[in-house]
Amino acid sequence: MNIIVTGILLSGTYALVALGLTLQYGVARIMNLGNGETLVAACFVAFWLYTGFAINPLVGLLLIAPAAFAINWGIYAVALQPLVKRAKNRGQLEVDSILATFGLLFLLQGLMILAFGGEYRSYTFLAERFDLFGNSYGLNRVVAFLAAVLIAGGLWFFLYRTRQGTALRAVAVDPNSANLVAIDVARTAAFAFALGGALTACGGALLSTFYTFNASMGVVFTMKALIIVIMGGVGDVRGAVLAALILGIAETFVASVIDPGLTLAATYGLFILVLLFRPQGIFGRAPT
Amino acid sequence: MMGLTPQETKNLGIGAALIALAALLPLFDQGFYLSISVNIVLYAALCTAWALFSGPTHYVSLATAAFYGLGTYSVGLGIEVLPYPLLLLIAAAIGAVMAGLVGAATLRISGVYFVIFTFGLAELVRQLVTWTQTKVSTAMGLYVFTEMTESHIYWMLLALTGAVFLTSFLIARSRLGFAMTVIGNDETVARHVGIDTARSKIILFMISGAFIAMAGAITAPRYIYIEPPSAFNPMISFLVVIMALLGGTRRLWGPLVGVIPFTIVMDFISSNFPNHTMIVVGLAFLAIVYLIPHGVTGLLEKVQARWKQRSAPAAVAKEKPA
Repeated sequence: MNIIVTGILLSGTYALVALGLTLQYGVARIMNLGNGETLVAACFVAFWLYTGFAINPLVGLLLIAPAAFAINWGIYAVALQPLVKRAKNRGQLEVDSILATFGLLFLLQGLMILAFGGEYRSYTFLAERFDLFGNSYGLNRVVAFLAAVLIAGGLWFFLYRTRQGTALRAVAVDPNSANLVAIDVARTAAFAFALGGALTACGGALLSTFYTFNASMGVVFTMKALIIVIMGGVGDVRGAVLAALILGIAETFVASVIDPGLTLAATYGLFILVLLFRPQGIFGRAPT
Repeated sequence: MMGLTPQETKNLGIGAALIALAALLPLFDQGFYLSISVNIVLYAALCTAWALFSGPTHYVSLATAAFYGLGTYSVGLGIEVLPYPLLLLIAAAIGAVMAGLVGAATLRISGVYFVIFTFGLAELVRQLVTWTQTKVSTAMGLYVFTEMTESHIYWMLLALTGAVFLTSFLIARSRLGFAMTVIGNDETVARHVGIDTARSKIILFMISGAFIAMAGAITAPRYIYIEPPSAFNPMISFLVVIMALLGGTRRLWGPLVGVIPFTIVMDFISSNFPNHTMIVVGLAFLAIVYLIPHGVTGLLEKVQARWKQRSAPAAVAKEKPA
């Protein structure tokens, strides 16, 4: 029980990061391997706001999310849009975007190592006991989870209940047809990429309240987010949330029952199962 | 017997002569130049082996560090009990099996899965090795004591590079090579003319993985003390991708054009500005995508084509597209 609750609490932040990535890949068609660096950057900004200005990380989200949105829009417009225009087909864009975002990954990671050094950092925020079902958990984890649920709920509302959200989903299904029904595909893609970046940054800021982070851990989170996205099916919100839950619980289980050094192995075990049995994702339909 | 064209015979001859020439290097220098040449030859072997698979398929493989680490580990574990040449073969076999497993899980479906899977593979193998080591023994690393000197390693790597080149050359002439050309141009077409695309890709990946593991095994005595973080260093995978793409994968010798300058640059950066290596790697990736998408050899070919066009405009129409 303890493991399941801890896993679920962890999965909240995973879900946000994965939702960010699934928007970037599903709608904007950019496999953003630098996604984890957005998360780490948000961790550092939240840390800086809290220790430097005593700004509560939850309030900090109101600054971090719009900033991440603007920066990611900029990255898309400057660096990635030329690739979208140049690509002759989907495969070409995939290879190009993978290489370009590798470049971003290393560039950002290198800059952050220069700026903050390589050591681990953390800060104390709401480090109190919170009792749930007879076990106690860190209050910061519970608060981060609730915030993640709220944000994910907001995203769901946006995607399924607004015109702009519907346009986003239409582009995810078929960019060419979306163009025919008067959706500005280029703009929608840029918007989705920026929104994905903002979601990831929210995940990072929430993560920093209870997690020890350093400048070079982004890659591991990108990896986890990628696996969640594939498990859930690319562009699928429900799938990403469910997959994040599964991953969070599986990881917590392996870390507490077997060995904390094997969390990635657990993640990979799930990944292999998905690749072998449901490569189209949990809710995905088999390609025809 | 094999029906070599004069051009091919000439190229083979040039290749053999260059390798023979390079083999003389340890006679002149045993210090810095030999050490950096070992790096260059190591990456030459890794990059050509990488390009063997990733060139025709356009799949960005990041599994290099995993194969390389498995190679060094097989030597580290077996050096006390088995003769060294046998260990090299075992390393190659382990590399091939690993590549076969990874390929079987990912190469049947779209290419993105393959990239993602190989992205974390080195880290996964590292975690598993570390975990097994802490369970089985108390030591974190392994000692590799051999009689091998830097010159021996250099010669072996040179021979390996030669072998990779020869293999690539032979594959390009074989049925498998022809199948890969068709797959690289259009996979749907390939499937329709009856090529088992997944099988061809897996075989090629296995050959590439075996060579990379062997390179790791050859380099193992150089480390003396092998630990998981140094053997499975993910940076190896990224450097290989950069060097190979910088040179260009359309020609057999393309990766070499990237390996030589970039190894020297990285050596300079990591000894003088160790905190800036990440930034250089990042900029190199961006340069590949935005400035030279087909590598330096692609650039050269373009210049050559333009030059030819200017001197003999009529001849261009007859040329077959590459």
